[in-house]
Amino acid sequence: MTDATITATQPVETKTPARSAFGDIWHQFRAHRGGVAGLVIFVFILLAVFIGPYIHRVAPNAINIRDKNQWPSLAHPFGTDNLGKDMLAQVLAGGRISLAVGVTAMLLALFLGTLVGVLSGYFRRLDGPLMRITDLFLALPLLPLLLVILMLFRDTLRATFGPETGIFILIVFVIGITSWMHTARIVRGDVLAVKSQEFILAAKSSGMREFRIIIKHILPNVLSSIMVSATLGIASAIITESALSFLGLGFPSDFPTWGRLLFDGANFLQLTPSRVLWPGLAISLTVLSVNYMGDAIRDALDPRALKH
Amino acid sequence: MKNLKLLLAGTVAALAFAGSAAHAERGTDGDLKILFWQAVSTLNPYLSGGTKEVYSSSLVIEPLARYDEKGELAPWLVTEIPTVENGGVSKDMMSMTWKLKPDVKWSDGTPFTADDVVFTWKYCVAPDGGCAQKAQYEGVTSVEAVDPHTVKITFSEPKYYPYSAFVGAQSPVIQKKQFENCVGAKAPGCTSANFGPIGTGPFVVKDFKPNDVITYAANPNYRDPAKPAFATVTLKGGGDAASAARAVLETGEFDYGWNMQVEPEVLATMLKAGKGELVTAFGTQVERINLNWYNPDPKLGDKRSTKEAGPHPALKDPAVRRALSMAIDRNIIDEAGYGEAGRPTCNIVPGPEAYASTANDWCLTQDIEGANKLLDEAGWKKGPDGIRAKDGARLSFLYSTSTNSVRQATQELVKDMWSQIGVDAELRNVSASVFFGGDPASPDTFQKFYADVEMYTNNFDGTDPEKYLAEWLCDKVPSPENGWQGQNIPRYCNPEYDKLVAELSKTADIEKRIELSKKANDMLTEEGAHIPLIYRGQVSSHSVSLDGVKMNAWDSELWNAADWSRKK
Repeated sequence: MTDATITATQPVETKTPARSAFGDIWHQFRAHRGGVAGLVIFVFILLAVFIGPYIHRVAPNAINIRDKNQWPSLAHPFGTDNLGKDMLAQVLAGGRISLAVGVTAMLLALFLGTLVGVLSGYFRRLDGPLMRITDLFLALPLLPLLLVILMLFRDTLRATFGPETGIFILIVFVIGITSWMHTARIVRGDVLAVKSQEFILAAKSSGMREFRIIIKHILPNVLSSIMVSATLGIASAIITESALSFLGLGFPSDFPTWGRLLFDGANFLQLTPSRVLWPGLAISLTVLSVNYMGDAIRDALDPRALKH
Repeated sequence: MKNLKLLLAGTVAALAFAGSAAHAERGTDGDLKILFWQAVSTLNPYLSGGTKEVYSSSLVIEPLARYDEKGELAPWLVTEIPTVENGGVSKDMMSMTWKLKPDVKWSDGTPFTADDVVFTWKYCVAPDGGCAQKAQYEGVTSVEAVDPHTVKITFSEPKYYPYSAFVGAQSPVIQKKQFENCVGAKAPGCTSANFGPIGTGPFVVKDFKPNDVITYAANPNYRDPAKPAFATVTLKGGGDAASAARAVLETGEFDYGWNMQVEPEVLATMLKAGKGELVTAFGTQVERINLNWYNPDPKLGDKRSTKEAGPHPALKDPAVRRALSMAIDRNIIDEAGYGEAGRPTCNIVPGPEAYASTANDWCLTQDIEGANKLLDEAGWKKGPDGIRAKDGARLSFLYSTSTNSVRQATQELVKDMWSQIGVDAELRNVSASVFFGGDPASPDTFQKFYADVEMYTNNFDGTDPEKYLAEWLCDKVPSPENGWQGQNIPRYCNPEYDKLVAELSKTADIEKRIELSKKANDMLTEEGAHIPLIYRGQVSSHSVSLDGVKMNAWDSELWNAADWSRKK
């Protein structure tokens, strides 16, 4: 795998002047070993979760009480749970949900965080109010807030979008609007630093409109910190969803997610350890690989690192 | 009369003396650690129908008579059980007289008198009180103090099974002095009284943290000077059944764990540690699925699941209710979740044995074909998604229960079985402390029943099902007007049924009573007020070092905590 990528990108190594920006980033990224390992594992998990069910064709919700509590076998590589459901199929199905929640919630948090961060960093008059709102959100105790939101809006959303989509929207929304604050603070700091540089002054004096300055000059320069908080955001969203499932407040109990599988398996730790091992491992690996990728992306996007 | 009293007082004193001689002294065995995985939210059982509240308060406040482990009545704060033979119950069954033990004291040192008993009745039947145990006082027109140690209860009509008021853990006597200003609408506001009732029981409340932990100390004024053996009790609440079982059976951190609703294979692994043992008693617990007879559509807002919401669009059809029951294979549910601690049942009154009906045994065998046929004939056609529908109503139900791995497994099994007859279920689970918490502000309590079907266990105290069967009367439907109290959770209402229960309450002959109880039980199952699933044994666990536990399925499990001691 590593050999293949090296040969594929060999021409880049010849330092032709036509090297693309993406090539540069990729080159830098590859230099970060943890990042590459993280990428490989993350891609593997993605492939397994989305293509896996076409290979391992067992329905995750098929109950077969005669085959309950089985240890791993050829028919059930991850064993079965106490109702005889195949664990591999459940871990794969659960992964799709957990990853979807993680990525969507991250995107929402990222959008909100960047918006607030850029606005408060760039426009002095908005800085105070927006940062106080950020402080307010940071001060809110998260879990009780989640519980109240879930209780208040669950039935309305369920009626409009159906049980599963409704809960999905709710959970993504709830995680998204409660985890944008760190992104906002980081982005604001970066924007403040970038704003005072000469090229922004140059852009302003050339009559460029504020909106275009933000899009063309500010955003590309704060992209690295945005990307890092994005990767961290996926991890924390997956963990928050697990916590909600753990409390019995997330998705319905027959709807596997990694957190839910872990929760259900905990009682059976001594009897069939694989019920806890695999979902736990999946959560840990995803979070770890995403964190390493974030680390590598930050290195790759750092303009100082690009110079040499 | 006076002589008799003297004699009795003498006997009690002698017994007490004998007890102290045989037993260790009061408070010599240290701390008794009890674990309830559903945390206790109040110590006043009149304000919460939850088993955990009833049990935890039974260490402090006591009824006049209790049921022992065999289901027989035992005098507790009285000298004897009144019967027609001993003149305690009048010949026309219109009144009964309890003779209180003369030397009983409240834990604050004041004497326990007939006034307190009278007050307890007034407290529960006070208008706007939202008393959760009103069914216990059904048909009582007056409770009077004849003298300080004699209480006379008069009934509105002949009461052929009179042992209901002040009998069993659900209707204990509370102190008049303490609760005097807490009657009616003021009841829930009296926090200090509700959280620390003064009682006659072996322990007094030292500290109560709602939904967390209760500490009790031995009652210095307990009537038996040698008891209780334990100086303090720590009753910790919260967690889940499996961790509670582990804490007692495997790690030995707790002495007693209540309600081990854990998969049988998991319990078997824990028992290997040898730190504790399981105690089971089959009483009257039935795990059932309640069907909501009113419409719980969230669009109806606060009206949902009340009479104003109108009948349930799908569950109003008897064919649907019956098909839902026919599709369930109770044996599989029993095997997966209960093992030795449960048996499949079709009855809501599963015991005592004489009362268990066999008329509904059709439901013991799963009949998918029959259920499908029934639904076809009733006009429920399968849509493109495989779910049956008729006149815009889909057979898709929100199925709620408390968070517990056995219940979630049961939910999944039932959903799977229902899917075979074209019925869809959306599963929801609510934390047990919320679900059974009885908080009128929460939308997730079992009383509010904002779901189509919900599953939990209930049971009745004692051996006579009359007052239990009275829970399905039309006027017991929970609603905002009665503060969502009232035990008719399925919102079942049938004048025929009301008549049957009224007849039962007028019948003295035991054979006839059994026959009528069975008939009422059959009517509930046949009409589909609920779907009985499993006749559950009450399973609790205690450490091997705890002596004196007599598992009681008919009253509070902690009924004889005064006799518990540490094995030397």
